[in-house]
Amino acid sequence: MTKISQTVGVGLFAFLALLGAAFAQDSLFKAHMWVLFAVLLIFSVAMIRRVSFAPVSTVSAEQRKSEYFDEVVRYGLIATVFWGVVGFLVGVVIALQLAFPHLNIEPWFNFGRMRPLHTSAVIFAFGGNALIMTSFYVVQRTSRVRLFGGDLAWFVFWGYQLFIVMAATGYLLGITQGREYAEPEWYVDIWLTVVWVAYLLTFLGTIMTRKETHIYVANWFYLSFIVTIAMLHLVNNAAVPVSFLGSKSYSTFSGVQDALTQWWYGHNAVGFFLTAGFLGMMYYFVPKQANRPVYSYRLSIIHFWALIFLYIWAGPHHLHYTALPDWAQTLGMVFSIMLWMPSWGGMINGLMTLSGAWDKIRTDPIIRMMVMAIAFYGMSTFEGPMMSIKTVNSLSHYTDWTIGHVHSGALGWVGMITFGAVYYLAPKLWGRERLYSLRLVNWHFWLATLGIVVYAAVMWVAGIQQGLMWREYDDQGFLVYSFAESVRAMFPYYVLRAVGGGMYLLGGIIMAFNVTMTILGHQRDEAPIGGAVPQLQPAE
Amino acid sequence: METYTMMRQFADSWGLLGFTLFFVGAIFFALRPGSKKMADEAASIPLKED
Repeated sequence: MTKISQTVGVGLFAFLALLGAAFAQDSLFKAHMWVLFAVLLIFSVAMIRRVSFAPVSTVSAEQRKSEYFDEVVRYGLIATVFWGVVGFLVGVVIALQLAFPHLNIEPWFNFGRMRPLHTSAVIFAFGGNALIMTSFYVVQRTSRVRLFGGDLAWFVFWGYQLFIVMAATGYLLGITQGREYAEPEWYVDIWLTVVWVAYLLTFLGTIMTRKETHIYVANWFYLSFIVTIAMLHLVNNAAVPVSFLGSKSYSTFSGVQDALTQWWYGHNAVGFFLTAGFLGMMYYFVPKQANRPVYSYRLSIIHFWALIFLYIWAGPHHLHYTALPDWAQTLGMVFSIMLWMPSWGGMINGLMTLSGAWDKIRTDPIIRMMVMAIAFYGMSTFEGPMMSIKTVNSLSHYTDWTIGHVHSGALGWVGMITFGAVYYLAPKLWGRERLYSLRLVNWHFWLATLGIVVYAAVMWVAGIQQGLMWREYDDQGFLVYSFAESVRAMFPYYVLRAVGGGMYLLGGIIMAFNVTMTILGHQRDEAPIGGAVPQLQPAE
Repeated sequence: METYTMMRQFADSWGLLGFTLFFVGAIFFALRPGSKKMADEAASIPLKED
């Protein structure tokens, strides 16, 4: 497609949004369509300004075909860093809202609407952009071929940003399906489906046209992430809209089936979005940064098959002690416990890739970040199965322990491995000799690590205290504490949590500064990390 | 037969057997004699070029 027809296409789409606003069935849909119209209008104007009527020279077109398609990866990296900082910021805001309820600003900025904004911003905007961007980078390098489908990759990138904007504005307006991590309503879901199919085509097409006989294991993980997310998204969002131009829909499932579908989705979003996809990242960027092949390639293949075979059944552990049949709860628990094996196999594989290069932890803060990510992968995949055991779950469920667990995985594993990849990619993508500053990477590392430790430790204490307060009976058989008392007891922990999150946010801002300066081509004059190798002392 | 019962029975008989065999097969295939050389070559793919 030429630039002109693409521009016309976006313009027509904007016009359809305008029609949607005109004939909307409810005021929320109307408002949302106005948002869509405004976004698309700005985008069309930007595209019109870029249309060039000069004939494309065949030489440059041929030349471009032989190179890797990295422009879209550059955009993806900027989007990753930007959404990361936004997502962390919203996280700190809602942490403060829990501690100080006066910060809930009705109706758009109260906790109920800001919380999905935070989760979607960090998981789908930050994590999703990181996955799309790195998968496009990795699949080209490991297949030794240019990205398949030409401008399709641009559609994936911009289409995905549109999904993020529509989801985020929808939450603030109050449009929600009420399904955790799948809050966007039916029309936004349909749009994501279109974008995701384009993503699958681009990725799979590149693998099909590869010049390398073997498909490198990182691509297996990326592909399983893309395919499984497509399946989860389609099944969990099966819903019937109330009207064609309205914002409300009803799920096709009901009762406990609906709950199980939701948690089959929810847990596998963790398993395939936040684990499999980022393992793809680990299996490429850790060997690259350490400049050593992965410790055991065959272990990585077993890691892959074991992970995808076991993860998909673990969802029911979110529904312990509910109306879900007992056998299904036990099934979810058993599969969660079995997940220990592939998770730790993968962790060992990632860490042992550094065997013989352990000194790099001292001298290379990017490796340090990746090692910390893998360590947190190990810790949170130990904690998760433990919490899925019914007796443990009876204490931990519905408490802040769960929140702590999620964040040790999300901030520790997902965040740190992404930061590592971002720092690896930034100088490479813009052809810079090195990052602006490795010292700042070190600052980011320590702020993020200490932030997570504060966050997770505080949430353990808070969660266990909550769990114990809720189950405390006196000798008459009455509950000792009212629910409000347990809420009140949480205040110091909630404040400390905001401190931990604030440290993590500060680290993110430092990263944004460092990456921006790298892109602009600056280099900070600084002493190398780790100092000189210790001098051997002559014997006296 | 009720759809639920039918699917449930398939899931804990042939479905379970099929999945288990595929899984065990995949592990044996990964560890088969002679896969070491191929695995080492595959492991070096990311390091081949920048």
